[in-house]
Amino acid sequence: MEQRAWIATRKGLFEMHRSRGAWDIARVHFLGEPVSMVLPPGPGSSPGRMLAALSLGHFGAKLQASDDAGASWHELPAPAYPPQPEGAPVAGVEWKLRQVWSLEAAHGSIWAGTLPGGLFRSNDGAESWQLVEPLWNQPGRAEWFGGGYDVPGIHSICPHPTRAGELLVGISCGGAWMTCDDAASWQLRADGMHAAYMPPGQAENPNTQDPHRIVRCAAQPDVLWCQHHNGIWRSTDNAVSWHEITNVPLANFGFAVVVHPAHADTAWFAPGVADQQRVPVDGALVVNRTRDGGKSFETLRTGLPHQDCYDLIYRHGLAVDDTGHRLLMGSTTGGLWASDDGGDRWTTVAAHLPPIYAVRMG
Amino acid sequence: MACMARIVFTQQLRRFTETPEVNAPVATLRAALDAAFALNPRLRGYVLDEQGHMRANVVAFIDGRRCTDRIRLDDALAPDSQVHVLQALSGG
Repeated sequence: MEQRAWIATRKGLFEMHRSRGAWDIARVHFLGEPVSMVLPPGPGSSPGRMLAALSLGHFGAKLQASDDAGASWHELPAPAYPPQPEGAPVAGVEWKLRQVWSLEAAHGSIWAGTLPGGLFRSNDGAESWQLVEPLWNQPGRAEWFGGGYDVPGIHSICPHPTRAGELLVGISCGGAWMTCDDAASWQLRADGMHAAYMPPGQAENPNTQDPHRIVRCAAQPDVLWCQHHNGIWRSTDNAVSWHEITNVPLANFGFAVVVHPAHADTAWFAPGVADQQRVPVDGALVVNRTRDGGKSFETLRTGLPHQDCYDLIYRHGLAVDDTGHRLLMGSTTGGLWASDDGGDRWTTVAAHLPPIYAVRMG
Repeated sequence: MACMARIVFTQQLRRFTETPEVNAPVATLRAALDAAFALNPRLRGYVLDEQGHMRANVVAFIDGRRCTDRIRLDDALAPDSQVHVLQALSGG
């Protein structure tokens, strides 16, 4: 096996192996169960541990762990909200875990972003979790609202690769929030974004932005990219300010974005027509790539479906490996494509998987 | 021997955790559930959420009648009640 990837889907977790230049399904875990997110094995407080977040239709969100790369699994306690106080100030949002939407490990901690908007932290390899109360209790949470779900959710967790204690999260819909003191205090970091779906006078409110996905460049961590509900934004100053990228070909709507791990000016997007029509433009699946920080884009379509295609790439459906050359892209209608050359050419890996929620290398 | 309420869980749960069949002298639905959770604490999180409410897509029947309160879970049980905890079809 040259490389491994994990595909979290509506009906199981698919383990992909790449050998002799091609990706194949090696194993299927939790067949039939919705897997909302996966954290591949890696360094952290429990080296080699991987996590799979299940979102059981009847029995709630669960967490499974494996210490042998998926050969065996055992259940761990899922993040749980503390008792909801009587008359809790935010109406309509119950203190109940709906779904684990994001998982990241960094500097000895594992972070879980959830619906309805709570960030959880584990310092013992996911054996136990604590709600990050300074973010949950900040008054601005009252303005957050659901984007694609009934309740707000944290879909993006961007730890700083070298500065432990510094973390940015993206919230649909609650903007982007940064901590620089190990989650003790949080600041809104969505200045420059605007929301076309808000009423007059509210479009610039950073606290109601809908960043569909935010990613950070590993080698140049001050650079962040955001695929927003109504456009693409980039920050080069660690999210102090965001600048809209306006010359995006075909469409600036979409969910997914990935950034090259070494070259912050290179990022990939998977556009859809618009929020009211979430399908590829003209029925042809494409990837938009910039290699100059958004000054220009190439629309890449070689090997992708050219007609009658209605696949949508959701927030976590696009992944790039550590080299920046190999990409995987999975759709909400179960298509999976791979590229070995930074997106220039694509091959179909699978056409009939369940709806794909997340694609991760590792 | 005194009559005891009996509580049975859907077999669907068995792929995730053990589902003990419980016979217990309990007077409410919550007490019956607690008796089962005492035997398998992990079962609690599958039936109730972290606020102690019945999950939206779980349903309990008491002697063939759907339970009326999903928060307090204080529906009364008769000494020989039969409680069935099932998945609600609303959950998919």
